[in-house]
Amino acid sequence: MSDNIIEVRGLKKYYLGGQVKALDGIDADIKKGEVVVIIGPSGSGKSTFLRSLNLLEMPTDGTINFNGVNITDKKVDINIHRQKMGMVFQHFNLFNNMNIIKNMTIAPTQLLKKSKEEANEKALTLLKRVGLEDRAEAYPSQLSGGQKQRVAIVRALCMEPEVMLFDEPTSALDPEMVGEVLDVMKDLARAGMTMVVVTHEMGFAREVGTRVIFMDGGRIIEENNPKDFFENPQNDRLKDFLSKVL
Amino acid sequence: MNALSLWFSELKETFISCFITDDRWEWLVEGFVNSVIITVFALLLGLVVGVILAAVRSSYDKNEESMKIRGGIGYYVLKLLNAIAKIYITVMRGIPVVVQLMIWYFVIMVSAEDIPIAIVAFGLNSGAYVAEIFRGGIMSIDNGQFEAGRSLGFSYFQTMVHVVIPQTVKSTLPTLLNELIALFKETSIAGYVGILDLTKAGERIRGITFEAFMPLIAVAIVYLVTVVLLTKIVAIIERRLRRNER
Repeated sequence: MSDNIIEVRGLKKYYLGGQVKALDGIDADIKKGEVVVIIGPSGSGKSTFLRSLNLLEMPTDGTINFNGVNITDKKVDINIHRQKMGMVFQHFNLFNNMNIIKNMTIAPTQLLKKSKEEANEKALTLLKRVGLEDRAEAYPSQLSGGQKQRVAIVRALCMEPEVMLFDEPTSALDPEMVGEVLDVMKDLARAGMTMVVVTHEMGFAREVGTRVIFMDGGRIIEENNPKDFFENPQNDRLKDFLSKVL
Repeated sequence: MNALSLWFSELKETFISCFITDDRWEWLVEGFVNSVIITVFALLLGLVVGVILAAVRSSYDKNEESMKIRGGIGYYVLKLLNAIAKIYITVMRGIPVVVQLMIWYFVIMVSAEDIPIAIVAFGLNSGAYVAEIFRGGIMSIDNGQFEAGRSLGFSYFQTMVHVVIPQTVKSTLPTLLNELIALFKETSIAGYVGILDLTKAGERIRGITFEAFMPLIAVAIVYLVTVVLLTKIVAIIERRLRRNER
């Protein structure tokens, strides 16, 4: 058995009966412990690709193997596998009708059948790690964007996922709050979490990424280790893109 | 002076003949109670019908795309149910309630009791409106709330129960209570099929005493006071809901 957590083969996502090709044949492997950063211009399909990995977007064609199981198979219960794939969204998406601690414990208690005490304890430990243990009883509307995103990250961690998917986690934040969220993500990467990150933060890609993927037009154009990716880009479109964002 | 006291004594006489003689005020009480019974049970029936219709309609709206790709019989069943729900809502909203009431009374439920007929007619009609209130409420909840639930591993149903519906109930409750008020006034046409509701009670007094002013004003005041009281209750509930948000 390979050490790939995720294997993607020939992934396609078409809209309007094929007029729009959001994903046009993607092959990718994600290994255990890797931090894969996906960059690309808007409309390049990078978010669609990430959202396909846990089937929030149903692919039109292709297969996704997660821990050796083809989750695009109709007979597979995707809900079981999503428990092992944490996801963090651009707009945080904390549950507005629950306080922070409930946000973090509802899935472990309902889905993993953990006791309330056990789930609370785990949630408080994680909240402490991101410096928010005093906000456990607060509601999402009472938190800043940076705080919400930190909670969203630890909410996903409460399910003890094997891989974490980040969909532009800092794009909706005020500039001074980007750092606090990136710090949490860096800690997570250092702790050995497998991560797939769609972002515009080139500094993050360079510093903690083990591999960087450049997407354009629904395809992977180039992928490399961060050093060579940024210092020695091969493809003209990547060179052009990097010249604009760096 | 003499003219004024004459007017007063005439007024008193009319009042006595309208409400006191033969205990005619009891008709008004009975009519009011019947109006309330029809309203309350029709709303309960409307809620049941509305929840079912809204569940079908919003499930279809939310899952159409992914179910279409995944295929299977479920998609066609849901598509059929959705079409039926749509036709139901169109029919119920497109025909005046008084016509529907007469069809139930004279065509469909000929041998049934009066008040149950009115409850069925108003309830099934109200269900169409309640369905659209609920559907609007569900669709107005940010899709991110839904995706966050699914990404943690909750099923569609679990996400609805824990995340979407609690938020929908909160946002639609004031509108639902306004539907109750509208329904209460709408039941004033129950007299068309011979039911002694509040309006019919006033009509009966008018028919016996040949006095129009006194009974109709009395009926109008009872409606007005009831609606004002209900409106006040709605305002209080609305304020409570808003306060909980902070």
